[in-house]
Order: sequence, then structure tokens, then C-alpha cells
Amino acid sequence: MALLQISEPGKSAAPHQHRLAVGIDLGTTNSLVATVRSGLAVVLSDEEGHALLPSVVRYLPGGNVTVGLSAQAQQSGDPQNTLVSVKRFMGRGVHDIADIGLYPYRFVDAPGMVQLNTAGGIKNPVEISAEILRALKIRAEKSLNGELAGAVITVPAYFDEAQRQATKDAATLAGINVLRLLNEPTAAAIAYGLDNAAEGVFVIYDLGGGTFDVSVLRLSRGVFEVLATNGDSALGGDDFDRRVFCWMLEKAQLPPVGPEDTRLLLTKAREAKEQLSTRSEAHITGVLSGGDVINLTLDNATFTELTQHLVGKTLAPTRKALRDAGIAIEDVQGVVMVGGATRIPQIQRAVAEFFKQEPLNNLDPDKVVALGAAIQANVLVGNKDETDLLLLDVIPLSLGLETMGGLTEKIIARNSTIPVARAQEFTTFKDGQTAMSIHVAQGERELVSDCRSLARFELRGIPPMAAGAARVRVTFQVDADGLLSVSAREQTSGVEAHVTVKPSYGLGDDEIAAMLQSSFSHAAEDREARALREAQVEADQLLATIRAALEQDGDALLDAAERDALESSMTALQSALASAERDAITHAASALNRASETFAARRMDASIARALTGRKIDDLKV
Amino acid sequence: MASEFPQNHFDLFRLPVRFALDRAALDQNYRALQGEVHPDRYATATSAERLRSAQMAALVNEAYQTLKSPVDRARYLLHLNGVDTQEETNTAMPADFLMRQMEWRETVEDARAAADIAALEKALDDLKREAAEFETQLHTALDEKNDHARAADLVRKLRFLDKVRDETELAIETLET
Ligand SMILES: Nc1ncnc2c1ncn2[C@@H]1O[C@H](COP(=O)(O)OP(=O)(O)O)[C@@H](O)[C@H]1O
Ligand SMILES: [Mg+2]
Repeated sequence: MALLQISEPGKSAAPHQHRLAVGIDLGTTNSLVATVRSGLAVVLSDEEGHALLPSVVRYLPGGNVTVGLSAQAQQSGDPQNTLVSVKRFMGRGVHDIADIGLYPYRFVDAPGMVQLNTAGGIKNPVEISAEILRALKIRAEKSLNGELAGAVITVPAYFDEAQRQATKDAATLAGINVLRLLNEPTAAAIAYGLDNAAEGVFVIYDLGGGTFDVSVLRLSRGVFEVLATNGDSALGGDDFDRRVFCWMLEKAQLPPVGPEDTRLLLTKAREAKEQLSTRSEAHITGVLSGGDVINLTLDNATFTELTQHLVGKTLAPTRKALRDAGIAIEDVQGVVMVGGATRIPQIQRAVAEFFKQEPLNNLDPDKVVALGAAIQANVLVGNKDETDLLLLDVIPLSLGLETMGGLTEKIIARNSTIPVARAQEFTTFKDGQTAMSIHVAQGERELVSDCRSLARFELRGIPPMAAGAARVRVTFQVDADGLLSVSAREQTSGVEAHVTVKPSYGLGDDEIAAMLQSSFSHAAEDREARALREAQVEADQLLATIRAALEQDGDALLDAAERDALESSMTALQSALASAERDAITHAASALNRASETFAARRMDASIARALTGRKIDDLKV
Repeated sequence: MASEFPQNHFDLFRLPVRFALDRAALDQNYRALQGEVHPDRYATATSAERLRSAQMAALVNEAYQTLKSPVDRARYLLHLNGVDTQEETNTAMPADFLMRQMEWRETVEDARAAADIAALEKALDDLKREAAEFETQLHTALDEKNDHARAADLVRKLRFLDKVRDETELAIETLET
């Protein structure tokens, strides 16, 4: 546990039992859940032994929902209520979606995040993803026989703020405590690197069903340092299916087809694509709803030609990532292939040619992300001696503000290591100006209109001054999940404004609360009982942690008065616990948290000093 | 409360306050520090500690980035000595440097117009070499001669080169996509 970092090796300072933690790969096509059992990362299968859960959700009239294989089996029969590849819609509006005509869904024309009209009502991608996450949570709790303490959920490295926030919201909705959002290629690197004791610079090339990521990492003795990442959050195996689908329509001279036939043909296209990974041609046969029979043969050469430009589309981000990392192709130790679509021979060839070396395929591209996430979850929850794994990840896209003339001013550059905080000062441009509006955007382009708008807010109540006299300091903070918060403060008067960025295509806290409310089947009393229990467990943990810390460092780091103050806050929390009143407990717990801030800061300073001193001793020994 | 947190970025990494850098020591100490303060170490800690951890980890990252980059490191050293590099205000450059600037821009512009990625890549290499030359001079000015005015001048020149480099990289990216 964190507070115990500076304890002597082998001297565990807090009572600690094994806590259940999992890694979840929430994929476009397939999702998985994994955990670490007796020191080994394993994927948890369902009762029939299936490891992959197809990311398919079907809504039935009357509120019933099915997820996974059974839903997938119905996708051609009930395409409008059976939702696949919903990850492509996370944090996206209707206008963001290319080829919208190719989806057999009923899109709702409304501002904000995409919504779909189904037999179960209008659903957004966050709710749909929550169904998948809920199914995995249930699978894990059954299999591990207990309640989960938390989960690491993976996201494509190239996911932007809106897409990350949407993923986190989906987990909240599914009742999952998110320990961390972890980038998929980084998760793969953990699983690969630890297994192979790899050292040096590695590239992870991850082409899944709907997303492409490329990350350049330096691996050295348990430290995974991401040097740069790039990608395309709307490029994957699905796009290869679409190319084949269009080819089929053309070859068979079919008129535009309805939703059932679209889904059927897309499925046929996908099967053909997958067959071509091991065969030189694929036969496509089927009967459409109107009785038309299709009977086509797709050979490898044609497939290669149809999809050539998609392969090329992965190489541009790869070059960018290498350039940003300052790494030449010759410096790359190995290229790790992740994601089902990397089984396409043409991709293997293109990657081999680009890097002038054969890519590494010695791991299961379907499972490696979930396994890496499980390893990270196990560390985060405190089950493992933490000192042997450190992840240093980056943000994929620059963050900035709109300035005069609709230009973007970058505050945090892409590929900055997170967490990161940076501030910039701005001033008023009119005499007596009392408000300033702040527009936060994400992207690399010069014009703010070409970037993704994240949030707008106003700093009001600036005392009237001459133009240029006010000093507004805007601070951007990106946490370890890659999520942004922004605050602004006028320096001379101290007027402040703070926003947690809720992207324009995100959901408000109230919306999430409402969805949570309706998703819980428990009666209100159940919910209250559960909340009380959670507060009690948290308070107990907090007390135990602080008690252990006091025992260890209390004498050295606190004077008598400070210690008394802290101890009286602890006593207050204990009496609140005895009262069994939730509000009283949470109030006392946050008071104790505040009271322990100074102590926490001093402990961290002390641990820093020891870390560097320890380093020196190591150096002497060598 | 008065934190005992090190006074400056060099102290943080236990490195001497100077331009010449022991990069291996910087990297090693950076990792040792992140190993202590990173939020992953505090995922289940109290909220006070999580807050502190995020702040410290951000600060360690900032300090590392500053020292790692020669131009940022030089600017930071000058700042510690109370010297403002005046990069926004003082754009006066010797004529030969300005000429060189124009040549750079023309090369990049021509290569862009001709969609010649190889030429742009070569320009990047040349820029890197030129920057390395200024960095050697920075070492002399800061560590040997203690000549702050000269060092500030070099920082401004490097800043110019950085801008050309950014433009060149952008041109390559645009051509590639
Ligand atoms: N043998 C194969 N040949 C070609 N493509 C494949 C093969 N197996 C799986 N795929 C493709 O991989 C994609 C799914 O990859 P996966 O890594 O599971 O994606 P995600 O992480 O996005 O869920 C799909 O487009 C699927 O068709
Ligand atoms: Mg995947």
C-alpha cells in the first residue's frame, strides 16, 4: 500500500489481505477480463469456457438485454437492436461518424453523443458499453468468488479526452471501481516485456477491430517508459470488412441493401477476410432477404489491392510516433503485434518491410492486452511488491486554448509524460473587462475549429482594470488516466474558476446519476445499505493506513501538537463509525484526509530523499 | 507547511548546477523518483496522498523534461541566475544568422512544394547538427566563461532553430498523410 513505501523491505507495515482486482480489455470486437492468480496472469472464461466475450449487445422489447455470443448469433436477424462495434461511437457525435450509411442502426438525430433507437429504448454508447462491462464484472465475481476491489480498464492509446471519459463513465455505470485507465499498447508491452525479460526500445503495433495504435516504448528493468504514441481511433479490421462489402455489392451488382442484408454481408465479408489469412482464396455464398443468391470468390491478390490504402494508413502514424520518440528504425529492438487484424498477411509483410525485421508474434494477440491490464491492476490494488513495475505513459494529443483569431495555443504538447501540469498566463484586451471566456481544445491543428472542442467556461468577476493589466493564469492538469482538468485564476484579485472537463460529446454528472439510478434494480434501502457498507470499509482502511504510518514515521515527522491534532481527527472518525451514519462517516473521513495532508507531504518528501540516497548506495556497490 | 522539497531541478535529481549533464544519472534518478511518487504507487492511498502524489509526479516530470532538453536547461540555468532570455522581445540577430534562417526556410519551402520528403528529412538532420554546435557553445559560455549574455543569445538562436524544425516536421507530416 502506498503509505508504506518507505518501510524497510520485508517489513509490511499495514495489515493486508489479497484483494480481488481484474484487468478488462473493452474491445471493439471482443472484450476480456483477466486477473493474477498465484502470481500468474490468466484470462477468466465463462462457464462454457469462452475467453472472448463478443462486444455485442442486443436490446429486446420489455427491457431485456443479452450480451456476447447469444447476442452475436442474432445480429443478422435483428440488426437494428443488436449493436456491434459500439466502441467506435464512444464520445462521438453523429457528425463524427464516417460512412454512417453503412451501419444498420436507427441513429437519433440529437446533439451530443450518438444515440441509438432500439427495442429497449434510446441508448447511448456509454450505456451500451456498460452492459458489456457489467457482464465481465459478473463473470469475474463468479469465477473469483468475491466482490471486486477494482479494475484497470484499457483504452486505445490514441483515444482522446471525450473517448476516455466516456469509457470511465461506462465503468462507473457498471458499478466498477476504476483503478486506472491504461493504454492498450502499454498493457500489451507489460505482458510481453515481463514474459520475455525484454530490454530496449520496442514498438507495439496494435490493429484491432476498430482502432489502430502504435506506441514506442523503452523497456528497462521493470520500467515501461512510453516515448511516443500515435494512431487512428477510427481504423481497424472493420474497415477491411467494409472494403470487401463494397466489392461484393459491386461484383454481385446488388442494389442498395437493407439493414438485415447489410449485416449479413458484413459478416460474410469478415469471414472471407479471416479465411484469407490462411488461404489463398475465400468463397462467399449466401442468400439475401429478397431471394438474391450471392456466390463470389475473393482471392488474396484482389483483397490485398482492395485494402492496400488501409495498410498504408497505419504507416503514417507509425512514422510520426518514431519521429516524436526520436528513434530511428535501426534502434528498434522488436515490433510486437497486437490485435486480431495483425493476422492479415499483408499487414505482417508491410510491418516487416517497414521495420526491416520480422515482427514478434509469439503471444496471443487477442489476450495480451487483458493480461497486461490484470498485472497492472494487481500492482495498483497493492497485492504485489510494487517496486518492480513502473509505467510512465504519455498523452496522445496536444491540449490547448483558443486565442485571438481562432488560433490554438498549445499548453501541453502531445507525448508529454503524465501526470503533467502546466500553466500559462493570459491577459484582458479591453479596458474594464470583467470576464474572460476560455475554450479548451485538443488536437494538433493550428485553427481551433480543426481541433476537437473539449469545454468552454468563463472566468467572471475580474475587477475592472486597464487592458493588459489583469493576469489570468490558466492551469491544465492531466492525471494518470490521461484525463484533463482546467482551472483559471486572476492573479491580482485571486478570482478563480475551475472545471473538470466534460467534453462536448460527454455526459453530465446528472445524466450519469440518472442512468445509475435507473440501472440499479435494488430497492432504495438496498442502495443505502450498500453505500453505508462502502463508507465503513473505506473509513476502516483510512484509519488502518494512517495508524500504520504514524507508528512508522509519526515520531520523526510530526511534533506533539501536530500528532495530537491528527489523532483527534482519527478519534472523531472512530466515533462516527460507531454511529453507523453514512453522512457522519464520510464527513469525518474527509476531515481526517485533510488533517493528514501535511503528514502525507512530509512522508513523501522523506521517501524521495531516501530514494536518491538509496540510489547512491547502490552505485557504490557496483 | 514548509516543504523540504529540493530548491531547484538540479538538486531534485542530485545533479550539479551546470549545463554539462550526466544523462545516465539524470535518467536513473528520474526513474528512482517516479518510483516513489508516481500515482500508481498511491492508487489505494488516502486522498491527501493521491493529491500530493499527482502534484509531485507532475513536478518530477516537468523537471526531467527541462533538464533533458539542452535549450530548456540553458534557459533554466539563466533563470536561476536571474537572467531573462527575452525570447519574445529581443529578436535582434546578427545578419549572418538571419541569412541562414532565410536559407533554412527556403530549403524547407522548396522541399515542401516539391513534396520531397527525403530533402525535408535531410534538412532535419542538418538542423540537428547545427543545434548541436550551438549546444557546445552553450557549454563554454555557461560552464567555463560564465558569460550570461552570450548564453542568452545562444538560447534565442536555438529557439529559432526549434521553430524551423517544427515547421519542417509539420511539412513532413502533412506530406505523409
Ligand atoms: N485470422 C484473422 N485474419 C484477419 N483478421 C482477423 C483474424 N482474426 C481476427 N481478425 C480481425 O481482428 C479484429 C478484431 O481484433 P481484436 O483485437 O479482437 O479487436 P478489438 O480489440 O478491437 O476488439 C476483427 O476485425 C477481426 O475480423
Ligand atoms: Mg484490442
